[in-house]
Order: sequence, then C-alpha cells, then structure tokens
Amino acid sequence: MSEFKMPALGADMDHGTLVEWLKQPGDHLTRGDIIAVVETDKGAVEVEVFEDGTLERLIAKPGERLPVGAPIAIIRDVGERAPSAPATPQAPTPPPVPPLAPRVATAAAPLRAAPQPSHTHRISPLARRRAKELGIDPDALVGSGPGGAVSVADVEAVARAAPPPAAVSAPAPSPASAPAPSAVPVMRSVIGAAMARSKREIPHYYLSHTVDLEPALRWLEAANLKRPMAERMLYGVLLLKAVALTLREFPELNGQFVNNQFKASAAIHLGVAISIRQGGLIAPAIHDVDKRNLSDLMAAFRDLVRRARAGSLRSSELSDGTITVTSLGEQGVEGIFPIIYPPQVAIVGFGAIASRPWVVGDAIEPRRVITASLSGDHRVSDGHRGGRFLAALGGLLQEPGKL
Amino acid sequence: MTKDEIKAAVLEALKAVAPEMDEASLKPNKSLRDQLDVDSMDFLNYVIGIHDALKIDIPEADYPKLATLDGAIAYVAEHVGAK
Repeated sequence: MSEFKMPALGADMDHGTLVEWLKQPGDHLTRGDIIAVVETDKGAVEVEVFEDGTLERLIAKPGERLPVGAPIAIIRDVGERAPSAPATPQAPTPPPVPPLAPRVATAAAPLRAAPQPSHTHRISPLARRRAKELGIDPDALVGSGPGGAVSVADVEAVARAAPPPAAVSAPAPSPASAPAPSAVPVMRSVIGAAMARSKREIPHYYLSHTVDLEPALRWLEAANLKRPMAERMLYGVLLLKAVALTLREFPELNGQFVNNQFKASAAIHLGVAISIRQGGLIAPAIHDVDKRNLSDLMAAFRDLVRRARAGSLRSSELSDGTITVTSLGEQGVEGIFPIIYPPQVAIVGFGAIASRPWVVGDAIEPRRVITASLSGDHRVSDGHRGGRFLAALGGLLQEPGKL
Repeated sequence: MTKDEIKAAVLEALKAVAPEMDEASLKPNKSLRDQLDVDSMDFLNYVIGIHDALKIDIPEADYPKLATLDGAIAYVAEHVGAK
C-alpha cells in the first residue's frame, strides 16, 4: 500500500488544487496512466502514476488545495490483497518525484470523494478561474477552440447568455482559501520565487557564441518545399535536435541537482520555454529529444505548445526536464542570458535570426546568423566545458543533414 | 468568394491562435505578430488554418505576405480564384 502524494510540478510549485479524479477506487493503474487533474498556479496538469497497482482509496476531494507531498490517494501495489476494512496508511514510501518545495505534513482526514465525471476536459486555467468567478461549472462547457478547448471568451459568452443560476455547482471554496487573485500576478510571483531561488543557490556562468545558420536554414527550406503545409518544420526544431545531440557528449550539463548532488541523466528531456498568452511562462519537457526524428519532434513540439496554452500538460513533462532551451527569437533581440530552472544545471538560449556580413572563406557574404548562449552551474561544470559545448553545437548546425 | 467571406475566414484562423483578440482594435495594415503577440508556432498554425479553411496551398516563401490582415486578404483573394 502506498500513498500517492501531491506531486511537485516544477521548482515553483508548493501547492496544488485537485480539480478532478480520472480514476476511481478499484480501477487498475498502469504506470503512465493519468489519475487526476491538478490545478497549479501555472495551469491544469494531468497527473500520471509512476507504478502499476490498484487505486484503493481517494483522500483528496476535488476543489481541495493541498501542499506538495500531501497524500491524495492510496494505491495498492501489484499482488497486495485488498484490505477488508478501510486501511490506515502504511509507512509512507518516497514520493515519485523528489519534492523541491519543503514537504508539509497534513492531518490527512480521509475524505471520500464523490464520483467525478471521468473525462479529460480542455480548459485554459484562466477560463477555469473566470468560470469560478462567474459561478459557472467549467466542466459543463463545450469550447469553441481546437478540440473543444474552452477559452475565457466561451465562459463569458455563456455568462452573458444566461445569468448563473444559484444551483450551478460552483465548487465550495475551502475555508482556508483566500479570494482567487487574478492569473497573471500569481504566475508572476511563482516565476519570481523560482528565479530568486535559482539566483540565490546556483553560481551561474554565462557564455555566448554566434553561429552561421545559413546552411541549416537552406537545408530546412529545401526540406519544407517537399512537405505538405501541415508537416512543414520550424527552424526551432533543428535547434532542439542539435542541442540534444550535442548534449550526449556533455553529461555535466544534462541532469538534475537534488540533495546537494548532481545526477547526470542518460535521457535527454528538453524543457522548452513557452510563453503563455496574456503573460507568464512555462517550460514543459519534450522527452528523449535526441532519439526522435525531426518530423516526430515537430509534431511533439506543436502538441506541447498547444497543450501548454490549453492548460493540459502532464506531470512528468513538468518535473523531469534535464535542461531547458529558451528562444526569444520572435522579439527580435540578438541574445539572451537565461536563468537556470532548478533543479536543472544548465539552460541554452537563442536570440533572433539576423542577417549579418559574415566571412565565408576569403569573402564577406550576407548570412543569417543566430546567437546561442549557455548559462551553466559552476557547482557542476565550468566555462571551459560550456564553451566546448557551444562550439560543438555551432559545428553540428553546419551539418544539418546529421540532425 | 467575396472579400468579406475571405476576411471572415482569415479572422477565424487568427482567433484560433489568439482567442483573446479584439477584432475591432486590430489594425489591418499592421503586423499581426506585433499586435497579437503571436510567436512562430502561432503564426504557422494561423497559416495552416487559412489553408484548411480555404483550400489554398501557400508556399513557405509566401508566409511573410500573410503578416498583416490586409496582406492576408489580398493574398487569399489572388489565389482563391486561381485554383
């Protein structure tokens, strides 16, 4: 029997609100199954289970806001017999994700949750919040967005069409909950807290290197000519793949620093910084980027951006990134010196593509160039190795056929 | 296809990537990227949205022509008849 706990979904999360259970007591669970939806300050997240078993009992109720590490359900391990009486939790097993925020013990008054509709529902965090304010049940809405995603506009349209009847089941606020502040300042404050921690704890070093992107862009333009519109790739996909392949030779940049110790990761899960419309930032990971082909990577990237904005990310995507890549290309600035996202130990940045006079052989030619940067953690690596990494990355981008 | 129908289809594609967009304050001859804070992924999805709705194939080299509302309408008008 093990306790399933409120997971830590990134360095900046200390609480989560259970939105709904997607599994019910008695359901068989397979590693990777989505068991619940949890709302964080950065959006709704689909929480996965990390081992096989059977869902024994639900502890947290939808609408409850709980600290990271608080038990939310009891899972019976494979081969374990169902108890005849309601079980008291056994010795807690370690949580599936090392909590980054201090774990807080809760007096776990076991509460039986009412069965919830077991469907996934795409609704942006902002829309969910707005629906709560207006007393509308967000799960009853069908949105106008892609795949039925519910936007703020949908919620407001419903509110205009029918004044909220008192009977609509708006989740009763828990006694401790303060009036919900608006989305952007909350996200701003959690980003601020994570970045302050990073700057306090991580001795950063910063490097930058301008790379001739002309060969990669020409290669991409030729490849896209042969592809139907929906399968064309963005140059960002080449950058992600190049970073991932280069990282294979630089294990000291790829992994997590937990409990005063760096653990290099064999898997390369690239966190991708995605701006959230109307403010904010989130960096979910694409798994095993080095092993994917470019088409597959493009599809994964598109899907991730869509889900980040619709508020339907998975817990593993938010907790197991091994390094982050950020691009400010769209803003037109040349370079970026990003702050490492703990517990990672490095972050790679890309500025905008710019046409510049460039020496090619003995001549000066106009070339499209990009500035790649690396912020590294001096506890784990130094500028010498970081510099080798950026140089190798630049070299690989000269041979796009290898990506 | 009338200009109004084309405009409606383009706005629909835009709305899919920028749901909070305020149609009334959109300046037709100014960059959509600047006005709506769309990134390269949004822009790609917007172009694909136009392609899906109006069944015109848009070569990648022509994407910059769709960067403003007026530009997109003119581009579509020119190509929708041709096919």
